[in-house]
Amino acid sequence: MKTLLKYFKGYTLEAFTAPFFKILEACFELLVPFVVAAIIDNGIPSGDRAYIYKMCGVLILLGATGLCSTLAAQYFAAKGAVGFCTNLRSALFSHIGSLGFSELDNLGTSALITRLTSDVNTVQSGLNMMLRLMMRSPIIVFGAMIMAFTIDVKAALIFVLTIPILSVVVVGITLFCIPLYTGVQRRLERVLLITKENLTGARVIRAFCKEPEEQLRFETENNALCAEQKHVGRISAAMNPLTFVIVNLAIIFLIWQGALRVEAGALTQGLVIALYNYMSQILVELIKLANLIISVPKTAACAKRIADVLNVTPEMANGSITNCNNNSEYSVEYINASLKYSGAAADSVENVTFSLKPGETVGVIGPTGCGKTSLVSLLPRFYDATSGEVKIFGENVKNYDIDYLRSVFGFVLQKNRLFRGTVRENMLFGCENASDEDIISALKAAQAWEFVEKFDGGLDHVIEQGQSNLSGGQAQRLCIARALVRKPKILILDDSSSALDYKTDALLRSAISGLDYQPTVIVVSQRVSTVMHCDRVIVLEDGKPEGIGTHDELLATCAEYREIYESQIKASEGGAGA
Amino acid sequence: MKNTVKKLLGFLGKSRTALMMSVLLAAASICLSLYVPILFGSAIDNILDSGVSFGPILEFLTRAGIVVVICAILQWAMGIINNRITFETVRRVRERAFEKLEHLPLKYIDSNAYGDLLSRVISDVDTFADGLLMGFSQVFTGIATIIVTFGFMLSISLKVALVAALLTPLSVFVARFVAKNTHSLFQKQSVIRGEQTALIDEMTGGARVVAAYGYRGRSEERFDKINRELEKTSRRAIFYSSLVNPTTRFVNAVVYAAVCLVGAMTVISGGMTVGGLSAILAYANQFTKPFNEISGVITELQNALVCAQRIFELIDQEPEVSDENLPELKDIKGNVAVENVAFSYDPKRPLIKNFNLKVEPGKRVAIVGPTGCGKTTLINLLMRFYDVDSGKISVEGEDIRNITRHSLRQGYGMVLQDTWLRSGTIRDNIIMGKPDATEEEIVAASKATHAHSFIKRLPQGYDTPVGEDGGNLSAGQRQLLCITRVMLSAPPMLILDEATSNIDTKTELRVQRAFEKLMTGKTSFIVAHRLSTIMSADMILVMRDGNVVEQGTHSELMEKGGFYAELYNSQFS
Repeated sequence: MKTLLKYFKGYTLEAFTAPFFKILEACFELLVPFVVAAIIDNGIPSGDRAYIYKMCGVLILLGATGLCSTLAAQYFAAKGAVGFCTNLRSALFSHIGSLGFSELDNLGTSALITRLTSDVNTVQSGLNMMLRLMMRSPIIVFGAMIMAFTIDVKAALIFVLTIPILSVVVVGITLFCIPLYTGVQRRLERVLLITKENLTGARVIRAFCKEPEEQLRFETENNALCAEQKHVGRISAAMNPLTFVIVNLAIIFLIWQGALRVEAGALTQGLVIALYNYMSQILVELIKLANLIISVPKTAACAKRIADVLNVTPEMANGSITNCNNNSEYSVEYINASLKYSGAAADSVENVTFSLKPGETVGVIGPTGCGKTSLVSLLPRFYDATSGEVKIFGENVKNYDIDYLRSVFGFVLQKNRLFRGTVRENMLFGCENASDEDIISALKAAQAWEFVEKFDGGLDHVIEQGQSNLSGGQAQRLCIARALVRKPKILILDDSSSALDYKTDALLRSAISGLDYQPTVIVVSQRVSTVMHCDRVIVLEDGKPEGIGTHDELLATCAEYREIYESQIKASEGGAGA
Repeated sequence: MKNTVKKLLGFLGKSRTALMMSVLLAAASICLSLYVPILFGSAIDNILDSGVSFGPILEFLTRAGIVVVICAILQWAMGIINNRITFETVRRVRERAFEKLEHLPLKYIDSNAYGDLLSRVISDVDTFADGLLMGFSQVFTGIATIIVTFGFMLSISLKVALVAALLTPLSVFVARFVAKNTHSLFQKQSVIRGEQTALIDEMTGGARVVAAYGYRGRSEERFDKINRELEKTSRRAIFYSSLVNPTTRFVNAVVYAAVCLVGAMTVISGGMTVGGLSAILAYANQFTKPFNEISGVITELQNALVCAQRIFELIDQEPEVSDENLPELKDIKGNVAVENVAFSYDPKRPLIKNFNLKVEPGKRVAIVGPTGCGKTTLINLLMRFYDVDSGKISVEGEDIRNITRHSLRQGYGMVLQDTWLRSGTIRDNIIMGKPDATEEEIVAASKATHAHSFIKRLPQGYDTPVGEDGGNLSAGQRQLLCITRVMLSAPPMLILDEATSNIDTKTELRVQRAFEKLMTGKTSFIVAHRLSTIMSADMILVMRDGNVVEQGTHSELMEKGGFYAELYNSQFS
């Protein structure tokens, strides 16, 4: 929780003024029964109407000052809570941006989105409520007790007894119900899951004639949910009647005690009424407090989840080199490089050694999960090699400034993702200063210009969120173009032409080999036809290279390669019966 | 609106007695709880500075004690009954909604977003039950409290009662005024929040792209800009909306002072006792509460009615045509005939026209065509997920509309590309088509489909739970499980949708062999992507834009040099 306190920066004043004004308001409220007692004891018996007018004026004045201080409190609470969460959100967003991929993998994207949105919002409303109410309710409760002491010590003892009993009942029932509500929530999730399954799996369920069984399953869960809800309901429904009984019994004793004290001449009738009023005030406040208590664990849980994310520190140390040695013999070198993901049992990349000369083109092929993506992820330090070395232009990637390092690459990821905005904005994503000419020539090379040209507005055509208004092939080509706009020294295409037909794929290949800046190209694919024209091909199996060489060499020497080749190409060449 | 309320009452039907009870209990407990301050007032009246009469005090206090206890018991009973009504209604409505989901035409499910249907069954039902039933009980108790309080006040002093009654509604107007003016602020806040969430979604989801292209700085700039805007709006929205409470409390304080003033004057002129004043002050404190509650409940009620409407819209959907009295299809050998079938999802856009096909037992039909050409439409029709517009589809000479759906569907084994697994264990999923299968049968089926080897390596073997959406299994493994499921139930006809991607060559070979074993001797319809599958088919249906454009064997179609030949040449050579 300490991690979060610093985000009060700039709002420390508000964090104190809000409760302060709230306390002030509570104090004004506590004076009301006193004034009423004065009216009854002084104004009424003597028939002093002027005095009564004056005192009622005081009551309104108390209300007005109460209003002013509440307004101040609300304002500061809103400002403090919102300000705190704005700071927090901003810091969290920036922190997430600074995390490495292995940390992001561990945390999970959807969890991070929840942290940044609903969790922060929950903290905001919880904090706002706490700033306003956390102080008020206890002050009223204990203030009422203290006031009772100033009136009469003996009568006040009834308060001393009642308050703990009431607190135990109110807080106890509340705390007792919290885990029960969690249980209800879990049941509800079961019902939700079954409903969801029956929607997404409607075809399969009907194909297997499982409707009656599913109906039964739903009813069982639904009934269990209902039973649990009723169970919690029975307990929480006891709260109001119980507190009602306790407070009223206390008032009965209070009046009896009051009567004895008046008889003894220690109290007046008006003061008995004042005591009675204080007792009533306590009940209202304790119930408010209980509602607050319900929200505290929720807020605290959200805050803790946020703090957990903030406490994750990026492991990657940054280097300092911000230029490349263009005369280096090799543009890319892997020396015994291995990668083991945190928590994984085995290496995903194991002892890989190979090197590429500037301008060379290499293909990487192998079955899903063989470590192709992991292998290329080592280059821009998406992950660091757990052993061995990865170098570009003769220097270990760890020695480069990471922003510079990544600017060397044009990396087209397997999962193509464009952003909401125009085609141009997307093309400028990795290269802010590119001209329209640069963009168009990149689009042409990526075989994307042919359709972008036809878009409404061309480069100003708007891409929807999740690129929903593009076909898979169009999105892939735009992603390739985005990489080419940077004129990268090293171009990595990670399975990024899978949605293209063979003809377009071929055109793309020849356009890339004709680029005037001659990047080193690494092509990752499951399709033999995509990699077979490369200068060299690496065949990966379980993270280990099974063979490195030209297409013809591999056909002759590498059994794995031959198998892939035959299943994909030969079948269609060979004709019948395959 | 009226209709909704009527239907709602129908659902309450079974709880009607409970509802009556609840109303009676509420009325009784309100009267009793409001009677208590009067008893206290009378007791206080006997505490005079000039002398205390303990006898009457004891009597009034005893009476108050009894009233308090009875009132608490009534309150508790009412709480329990209200809970019962609410939760039972929720349960009934959900059950009906789910039952409807199971019997709705797939067309309805396909054309509505899952999220929307889900929220109708889950959150809408909750909102409607909470809002409507609790709203109802609040309005009822509120009105009853107002009436009874006013009555008691009248019985004490006419003048004071009038003062309270005239001034109190002020707080409702104040609350209304504030709420109206904050609404637009909240709307603005939710628009900005939406924008921010969209940005977060993109930047976090696309973290790799952001990192690879050095976009981080710019994304933070964009985020901070929105964040600052959100801060401004949120602060104002929260502040203005929190004005309701203090302002109504101030109105309350004014009412209290006025009642106190008029009351004290009345006491002086002898129209009321001091105990009466204390009782009336206690009332004045409570009097404003029901007014504010009722005004708050009204928006909630409107909200609840909207939700109720959405639920009833689902519940009132026309279900699939009943097949209750139709005969069962027996002795399926695998004769399938499609005669003059026309079908379209949208009457304005005709899709399949004049489609004919005759398949004999054990034959293989491959369906090919570019993505989105409507290959799944055929599956929809064969399985009778959708009904044909004209013409007929028959199995063993029986029009499939003249037999029960279950008996037809039991004749088919279906493996879709979308490998849907239900939550439960691996075993639960395999035995879907044959719940009484023995362990040996399960293992034999799994071995036949090459699924056994990966299943036995899972932490709990066949009893390993499958995560939501089959999360802990690879695409290929899920596919194998779906095939095993069909292998076990061994139906006479098959519908298979070959997976296109995401499976590596080795697993694909396994899936391939599993399919092969499954198809032996069965009438099969295969949505095919693999060349070998296509070429081994007895008949190829070539589809384009929802229509069957060519029909024949591989060599016939190649000879013809039409769309199939074009497709073949572009994809496989």
